[in-house]
Amino acid sequence: MSTSFEQGISTLKKVIDAPIASYFSSCTNCGLCSRACIFFTETNDAKYVPIRKLEPMRRIWEQEYTLLGKLKKKVGLSKPVTEQELRDNVELTFESCTTCGRCSMMCPVGNDIVYMIRRMREGLTAAGLAPKELQESAVRTMETGSVMGFPMKTLQAMVDAAEKDTGIKINVDEPNVDYLLLLSSAEVMQFNEIIGALAKIFQQAGVTWTLSSTAHEAGNPGMHMGASDIEAQMIQRIVDAAEQLNVKNVISPECGHAYMAIRWEGPNVIGRPYPFKVYHIIEVLDKLRAEGKFETLCCDDERLTFHDPCQAARRGGVNQPQRNLLKQVSSNFVEMSDSQACNWCCGGGGGMNTIEKAAPLMKKVFHRKRRQIEELDVTTVVTMCATCRNTLEEGIEDNNMNVEVKGLTEIVADRLLKEKES
Amino acid sequence: MNEIELLNWARGPGLAYATVIMVFGLTLRVFEILSLGRPKELAEVRSSGAEDGWKLIFKRSLPETRNWKYITAAYIFHVGLLIVIFFFIPHTQLFRDVFGIFWDGWPNYIIDFFTVLSIAAMLYTMAQRFFDPARRILSTLSDYLAWLVTFLPLVTGYMAFHRLGMDYTTMLAVHILSVELLMIALPMSKLTHTITFAMSRWYTGSNNGRRGVHS
Repeated sequence: MSTSFEQGISTLKKVIDAPIASYFSSCTNCGLCSRACIFFTETNDAKYVPIRKLEPMRRIWEQEYTLLGKLKKKVGLSKPVTEQELRDNVELTFESCTTCGRCSMMCPVGNDIVYMIRRMREGLTAAGLAPKELQESAVRTMETGSVMGFPMKTLQAMVDAAEKDTGIKINVDEPNVDYLLLLSSAEVMQFNEIIGALAKIFQQAGVTWTLSSTAHEAGNPGMHMGASDIEAQMIQRIVDAAEQLNVKNVISPECGHAYMAIRWEGPNVIGRPYPFKVYHIIEVLDKLRAEGKFETLCCDDERLTFHDPCQAARRGGVNQPQRNLLKQVSSNFVEMSDSQACNWCCGGGGGMNTIEKAAPLMKKVFHRKRRQIEELDVTTVVTMCATCRNTLEEGIEDNNMNVEVKGLTEIVADRLLKEKES
Repeated sequence: MNEIELLNWARGPGLAYATVIMVFGLTLRVFEILSLGRPKELAEVRSSGAEDGWKLIFKRSLPETRNWKYITAAYIFHVGLLIVIFFFIPHTQLFRDVFGIFWDGWPNYIIDFFTVLSIAAMLYTMAQRFFDPARRILSTLSDYLAWLVTFLPLVTGYMAFHRLGMDYTTMLAVHILSVELLMIALPMSKLTHTITFAMSRWYTGSNNGRRGVHS
């Protein structure tokens, strides 16, 4: 038995709290969670039944925290969790789960299954079993402050280009402004039009903002891994920057998991509340819209739909702002069959899009999203998460669909009323 | 022991033992859960979550219409079982005698209908355990036993009422004993969900509510 295995087991013991004990006490093995999960519905493979992925944790709970389980353990009637079981579990909790949490919305006894999956990941990571891609991106983020390893230099080039393009000065490390803007790696690399887009919107709205050279990205592989110490260090970097710059508001980028990490988990992993507020960029834009701070062209009749990113919408509570904004700029916005808190996952979240081995399965489970999009007959799918955007673009290309994917911020910026810009 | 003595034992000491085990066991289970505690929320919440917690306790009792076919039988069985337990006239009399609260029972033909419906629904859920791949892979011996101890009171109650099988006195004793078996099994199996479902829904609903998610 290796020491890391023992660490894994002791972490699993430690993370079991009252909700988890209640969840295991209540589960009736009814199997309904399977119907909520793309990995089951698109493959019909019973190994993907969500609650089943937690079997090692369930046994530890039973053996450690119930009277009957303790008795069974004493007389040798219970099966201890083995190292091999934890190894086998990596495929289930990391490589075939996006932690989207749709199962948690369906469970009849109200179990938050993904809450447990996240704790299961903590155990596996403590046992040294986290997928190598996640470990590598954690190391990159620790070293460079960027999930994909972009140094500030790269971002500065994007900022310069956006300044040239828009003619608007973009602050870096400017103290005492209204907002500190965080980005995601995907925005720096692929969707960097967002920098110029925001510059335009914020200028019209009369909002001051800055980027930080020490905390420019909000992506947090520590969260995907379930390594709360790594997650905390990444959060701390942002907290330090916000405090040094004396900003009262921090903006999470169009990235679901970054929002979950910086908005909801951050204070809990660093162990203290923030001295500032955190908003998803779409919440900020909707607030400015409601205050009449910027005006948009109304309304384009391009038929579009919205894909709710699981960590921002279902898990993070940002469900209405995106709809307010879309209705402001489009007269032909249609909802997907299941939307908001019950939206189907794109299949790329939870770190899965970085795991090479998971790629074929990701392609397979995308068909749920494909059907959802196809039945609406739209020309554009809008979203507010870079990972979703990438996954949607890849899926749409693989399936030769004639649909475009756009970020919501970009759409809002495109339809800003130019007259008000000056 | 003749059938009268058996019935008297079941109604007297048997019921007392089963009640003590059930109450003590369920209390222990709830205590085991609560004693683990819940981490304090340090993020700035959108609401206390209490409203969403309470709401979810009731909301999740509504059928999940997206997967209606998958849960119909289980749903019918739960509703039927509750009706039979709480509205069969002799049962209401027992509750009156024990707890001092009385409500009107429902006519026997209605109870009979729900008993048969529940039995049929339970048989169907058992078939699903065999034939549905998700349920089959999840099922353990304990699931089948839990099903059995829930099934027996329904069947023995039906048989006693219709004077089927053994003589009435023995059948009634067997029915009561089967209920006692169910009561003892409650805290020792997944049947604990009859109590802890409310806790789970509360934890999930309030956690989500804090983040502004109305689950």
